[in-house]
Amino acid sequence: MELALEVAGVSKIFPGDGSSAARTVLDHLTFHIKDGEFVTLLGPSGSGKTTLFHIIGGLEKPSSGDVRLYGRSTLGKRGEIAYMPQQASLMPWLTVARNIELALDIAGVDRKAARILSREWLERVGLAEVRDAYPHVLSGGMQQRVSFLRALLSPQPLMCLDEPFGALDALTRMQMQTWLLSLWEENRRSVLFVTHSIEEALLLSDRIIVLSASPATIIREIEVPFPRPRGEMIWSDPLFNAMKREIYELLRPEEPGSGGRKEGQAHGICQEPSPVG
Amino acid sequence: MASKIRRLWPPLAVLVIVLAGWQGAVVLLGINEYELPSPLVIGATAYEEAPRLFEHTKATLGITMLGFIIGSAAGFVLAALLHLIPGAKAGFYPLLVLTQNVPVMALGPLLVIWFGFGLMPKIILLTIVCFFPISVAMLTGLTKSDPKLLNYMSMIGASKSQLFWRLELPHAVPYLFSGLKIAASYSVISAIYAETIGGSEGLGVYMRLSMRGWQTANMFAAIAVVITLSLVLFGLIFVLERLFVRGTAGSKGE
Repeated sequence: MELALEVAGVSKIFPGDGSSAARTVLDHLTFHIKDGEFVTLLGPSGSGKTTLFHIIGGLEKPSSGDVRLYGRSTLGKRGEIAYMPQQASLMPWLTVARNIELALDIAGVDRKAARILSREWLERVGLAEVRDAYPHVLSGGMQQRVSFLRALLSPQPLMCLDEPFGALDALTRMQMQTWLLSLWEENRRSVLFVTHSIEEALLLSDRIIVLSASPATIIREIEVPFPRPRGEMIWSDPLFNAMKREIYELLRPEEPGSGGRKEGQAHGICQEPSPVG
Repeated sequence: MASKIRRLWPPLAVLVIVLAGWQGAVVLLGINEYELPSPLVIGATAYEEAPRLFEHTKATLGITMLGFIIGSAAGFVLAALLHLIPGAKAGFYPLLVLTQNVPVMALGPLLVIWFGFGLMPKIILLTIVCFFPISVAMLTGLTKSDPKLLNYMSMIGASKSQLFWRLELPHAVPYLFSGLKIAASYSVISAIYAETIGGSEGLGVYMRLSMRGWQTANMFAAIAVVITLSLVLFGLIFVLERLFVRGTAGSKGE
């Protein structure tokens, strides 16, 4: 099977300047996404996911390693992925339909084709009535639907979704997850998905890659066995809860007292009236 | 529409009260007409002078519009160039500020020496006055694009020219309108000043002649015309802004 994305030994070290030491953000990351596979990167905040996205998106170059899309190295090449950011990032001066057309236009889709495509899909996903509305009148969840649709309609085969529901309230988030799930299961695009939420990862993905905090390394790769099409029912599956627990254990921060930083903090509190000042 | 009328009537009411007080004071205190004419006298004078005022207003309006349009276009192009050419902003922006520190009083006569008494020095003066607020406002708008949108556009592979046309320029439009509003008020005042440094027509010339002849009422009538002119120009830009600025971006230009 062809690989949609190969991340091969990617490291990123930000060189230090006078005031700060060099910082390793990504440490020899290697993983892949098969064509039509939904893969989630799950990790704590600050595990360098933004940097990884910038490298895959061609905005930054890694210190070492390679990124290949369908077998072709795309280091430093922009516009090779469809992208959905954490915040909807819709142009406030464009209507919903025009926002979608803008993304397609930049991806090289003919303008007329883009108009037909956006019209047809807004209808299909039940957003036809907001087609000519400006983004500020939409709720956060609606904005993210438009943002997802924009990425889904982009012609690039790999979709990168960067914590797309991170800024939504819990209820909207659950609705968005099932909405995305049903849309994706109909279309089966190759997806790289980033989240902090274990449940979200288990519900949506074929495979989960668990990352450590900085520098990011791969702790474990987990196949998600639930059959598709999936629904909210899997939340009550005992296996779901067992896997949730297992992943949680992997991500659990070190116990107080054992981690260097925490110990340092404790000392700081104890020795507050320090004679050195 | 109803809310606009509601917002309009308090200043109108104040204006009417001020005019009535003015009228009363002039009549009761017996103030000389050449010192301070009453609003009614000013109205009557304006009516008598209407044909002459109209001719001069036409001349002033012509210069104002021409200078405003050329100045705005220059300001727009300059801002785009300074933004798009790397390093240009760092080199030219401080000099741009410098041009605004040359007093208009000095600039006017110099321009007359260089370009004579025709239309040319007036248009140049207006251009110099108008381009600055527009350039500054535009540059702010162009450089202050939402970083979130900038990141999105970069991630989907927008080229530099796509970034400019599809993100930075539309984002700068409300700023452009703020600049245009300021430039519009400047342009009327500057046109009147420009007319006093040379030439034979325009409200500036009319005001100067009125003052020389102690025709204070004529002076006030001309002032009323100038205010009206400024308001009309301002209103025109406001309407254009409504037409061009859509979505939430509109609130930024206020």
